[in-house]
Order: sequence, then C-alpha cells, then structure tokens
Amino acid sequence: MSLAIDIRRLRFRYGGGPWVLDIPELTLERGERAFLFGPSGSGKTTLLGVLAGVLEANEGEVTVLGEALTSLSSAQRDAFRAQHIGYVFQMFNLIPYLSVLDNIALPARMDPARRARLDGAGVKETAALLADHLQIGDLLKKPVTELSVGQQQRVAACRALIGAPELIVADEPTSSLDFDRREAFLELLFQECERAGATLVFVSHDRTLEGMFSRRISLPDVNKAVL
Amino acid sequence: MLVFDLALKSLRNRAFSTSLTVGSIALSVALLIGVENVRVGMRESFSNTISQTDLIVGAKGGTIQLLLYSVFGMGSPTNNVTWDTYREWDEHPAVEWTIPYGLGDSHRGFRVIGTNEDFYRHYRYRGGQAIALAEGRPGSGVFDVTLGADVASELGYGLGDEVAVTHGIGEVGFLNHDQMPFTVVGILDKTFTPVDRAVYVTLEGIEAIHFGWEDGGPPMPGEERTREDVLAMDEIEITQVTSFFVGTTNRRDVLRLQRDITDYEGEPLMAVIPGVALNEMWQGIGYAETGLRVVTIFVVLVGLLGMLVSLYTSLNERRREMAILRAVGAGPNRIVSLLVLESVCLAAAGAIGGLVLVYVLLSAGQPIVEAQVGLFIPIRPPGSVELLFLGAVVTAGFLMGFVPALKAYRTALHDGLAVRV
Repeated sequence: MSLAIDIRRLRFRYGGGPWVLDIPELTLERGERAFLFGPSGSGKTTLLGVLAGVLEANEGEVTVLGEALTSLSSAQRDAFRAQHIGYVFQMFNLIPYLSVLDNIALPARMDPARRARLDGAGVKETAALLADHLQIGDLLKKPVTELSVGQQQRVAACRALIGAPELIVADEPTSSLDFDRREAFLELLFQECERAGATLVFVSHDRTLEGMFSRRISLPDVNKAVL
Repeated sequence: MLVFDLALKSLRNRAFSTSLTVGSIALSVALLIGVENVRVGMRESFSNTISQTDLIVGAKGGTIQLLLYSVFGMGSPTNNVTWDTYREWDEHPAVEWTIPYGLGDSHRGFRVIGTNEDFYRHYRYRGGQAIALAEGRPGSGVFDVTLGADVASELGYGLGDEVAVTHGIGEVGFLNHDQMPFTVVGILDKTFTPVDRAVYVTLEGIEAIHFGWEDGGPPMPGEERTREDVLAMDEIEITQVTSFFVGTTNRRDVLRLQRDITDYEGEPLMAVIPGVALNEMWQGIGYAETGLRVVTIFVVLVGLLGMLVSLYTSLNERRREMAILRAVGAGPNRIVSLLVLESVCLAAAGAIGGLVLVYVLLSAGQPIVEAQVGLFIPIRPPGSVELLFLGAVVTAGFLMGFVPALKAYRTALHDGLAVRV
C-alpha cells in the first residue's frame, strides 16, 4: 500500500502497431518526486497515459495508489483519474473559454471526492489560495488568453493540485519556459506537492533539472520496447 | 450542471459562429411557423367572413367562383339573375330571409355592392355578429352610399363626401359613372372581413348609374342622364341582381332548397353552401399548402445542417480542449454530452428566436397583408402545432448533435491526453 506506482510486465501498443511500452517492473514510493527522462519517442507520454488510465495496458498489471487500473473499466478509470490524479501538460493546458478561476476549479467541479477534500473551504477560496501560493493570485478574473506561457503553466499546476490528489503527473511542463523560470516553477510545484503530500511524476527530456529530484528514472533503461 | 455550464461558455466563446447558427435556425423556424400561422389564419379569416348564411345563389358557373366574388370580393361575376327570379325565391316558403347583391362596379379599387336594407338586417360574420354603423345611417336613397371601415379610413372619406363609381372592377377604371356621384351617409364598424373593403349602395343606385349602359358601354351622346333626371323619377325598376344570400326557416330544408334552386327551370341557377364551397376551395389549394410545408421543413433541416457543419468543423480546433477535459477526469460520455448539449442549446435558442421573430413579423405584417390582400391574419398565442414544431426542431438538434459528438468521442479515445494528428 505504500507504493504510489507498481508496474509489472506492462506491455502496450497503439492498435496493431509495434510495442511502445514493455516494462517488466517499475515502482515508485508514495511521496517521492520522480524525474522520468528519455529522448523523444521513448514512450514517456504513452506511459503517463497508461498511469492516468486514459490508455489501457494490453498486458501486465498497473497498480496506482493501490488500485489495479488493469481491472477497472474505462469509466472507472476516468473516475479514478478525476479523483486521484492531477495532470499538467507541456503547453496549451487551459480551456480557452473558461476564466483562470474556472480552469483551476474544473477538477473540483468534475469530481465530488475532489470537492470533498477541500477541507470545508469553498472551491473558489481553495482556488484563490492555490493561486496565491503559485503567485498568480492577481490573475483569477482574467481570460486565459491574456496570460503568458509561464502564467498558464502555473494555472495548470493549480488545477492539478486542487482537491489534493495523491499523484501529480507533469508532462514536460517546463519545456516552454525560460531556464530561470523553470527552476522557480519547480520550486513552487515541489512546495505544493509537499504541502498536499502528493507523489510527483515529472517527465522531461531535459536533464538539467534532474538534480532537484529525489528519484531519477531513465525510461530507455526500464522500457524494453525501445531499441 | 458542469457540462451545461461548459456548453454555454463554449458557445459564448464562439459568439460569432453561434449567433450565425442560431440566426439561421431562427429564420427557418420563423418561416415554418409563419407559414403555418398564415395558413391557419387565412382559413379562419375566410370562414369568419360569413356566418349563418345557408345558401349563396347565383347564375350557373363555378361554385368557388360564386363564393369568391359574392363573399370575398375576389374575381368577377359572369352572369346575373333576373329580379323576378330573385323575388320568386325570396318568397319561397322555406326561405326566411335573403340579401340581394348587385356587383360589377368599383370605387378606386374597392368593390361597389348594390344591396338593400336586408344586408344590414341579416348579414352575419364571425360567430353571428351583425353589421354595425360607426357613424351615419344605412344607405336607403338612390344616391346614398355606406362605406366599409377600411374604405373610409384609407380614402379619408367622411359623411357628406361625394363618391363617383367606376364601371368594372379594376384598380383604375376609365369608364366612370361620374355624372351621378353618390353621397356618403354612413360608415360601417370595422369587422376584419372583406366587408371593410366594400362600398355599399342601393340596388336602385346600381340601376340608375347604368341607365343607357344596357349594351355594356356608356350611353350615346345625348342619351346621358344626370342625377337630377334620376331623382325626378317616381320609381326605379330593378332588373337584376348578381347573387343573393339565403337564410332558411329550418336548416333541414337547406339541401332540398339547394337542389330545387339548381333544378330551377326559369333560368340557369346555382346554390352553394358556403362551408361546403370553402372546403372545396381548401382541398383545391391543399396540395400547394402541403408543398409549401414540405419546403419550409426542408429549410429548417438546412438550418440545422448549418449548425451541424459549424459544430463539426470546430471539432478539430477543440481537440486540445477535449484532451484537457479527459485529463481532469471527463469520460468520453461527458465529451459526448457536452457536444450534444451544445447542439441542443443552439437548436433551442434558434427555435425560441424563430418564435419571437414570427410574432414580430406577424404584428408588423398584419396591417400590410390586410391592406394589400384584404385578409386579416389573427395573431394568436402559440398553439399545440407551434409547440410541436419547436419540439421537433429541438429533438432534431439533439439527434444531429450526436454526429459531431461521436466524432469527438472517437477522437478523444484516439488522442487520449496527447493530440495526435
């Protein structure tokens, strides 16, 4: 139960294509900050899709936060993701027709369990608090189209963090930022993950950041499908 | 609730294409409901024009034609009925009352009807309402004229004004009976029927202006008579009427009376039951109505197809949005319901907009139609037919929404969290 991620003999491919993932074993302790790296095409985003339950493993077992994703239906996996996982994309993280506040609040409105974990505070208050922590508290009313890329990524982090999900998955969230801003962003992300007691899986092909993490995983080493 | 909020905000975000789509659906729905409204209104207006008249009698010819020229002031009469024949049927034991009509002249596009006091006494419209005078008195003298409400208001006539009658029933006649002008003695209350657009004189008046016109043209020079000549006469002999309305003592006699009149040997006559003739007319134009309705239904379908195209083409640029929704835990079903809901919202907004548009157009067009065609289209609150149409439009929007929704569903499953091209 102390494992956040427990992968056994996972194999995945798109349709009838070649194997993209072939991972005999990969585990991650709860509370760890893992840096997952590998070149483009090594299956990073695909692995995240499987962990988030959007993609279904063809073979093997994927257990996330003690829940065997491989034995859940796709609707159950959607519900599981809504409840337990916060996700940050590389870019274009925000829904253009929602305000900053509505974007942050989205997971809490999508899932009752996430809402219940707001500790009695309202969705708005929690969103505002998170935005303050990530130093974008003054942007809440703005349309997202007026934000800089760095600001957008912070909004996305707030959205991933709201309602204290146990696992935060970030897919190259800093690759569109300047170097200085990357570190600042990461510091804030770590701080909030710690506050919430969340496990972080951070994916990048850029190894300059790896020193900041407690665990480093090279995907080409664990994924036998990569030649 | 979340999905509904998302759908509304997404539509508002694409305000331009949303309003275009809603506008085109609204226009097509307005057309559909408008046509239906005008159709029903026209029928109602027609059947409200005459009430309690059991038979309309005229020279043999087309039944619908007789109805049109006698009651609705449309088309022209062909033959007349002699006064003696009229008198004979007027005294028939089964007949309670008659109203004689002498037609064939006009005043500045309005029909002139020669009749007598029986018109004011017996004519009924819209559920048995009688003719009433707004001012003055019913015409009874040879050169008295009573005006329908619209004639008086459109031409600006008042009591005491002189009115010249034109031979024939065109908008502009060139053979005027202007040597014998009539004097306005009464103006009728508005009835919202063709009565408003007619000019009523006496049968004697019709005879008087036609002295010397027996062979169809103006009298030879030297044979003209003036108003004073006519007024000096002791009695004007009425020779013919164009048609007459009959009310029976007992309605059970109507069919037998109709048969007797049709079989009359004195001259070729015809009697029609107004309701039956109207039904015949509706059957005749029923095909056109059905055709029109089919066309308007297709117009609505085209409007909805426009919506489908607009939603479908927006999907590609919304793939990112779908991936984000998936990432925060929206299942494919939520994606489907979002798009179906957007489609339903567009269709519903279009339907309601169309309904509003119909009433705006109807209230703006009502006086114009009345002035141009003489038909009063009543404006009624939306009935079951309108609600059925609106329901059908929203249902069609709902069903059509599944086309982009299923496309988005497949794309969302395929894309997962990464947008693949």
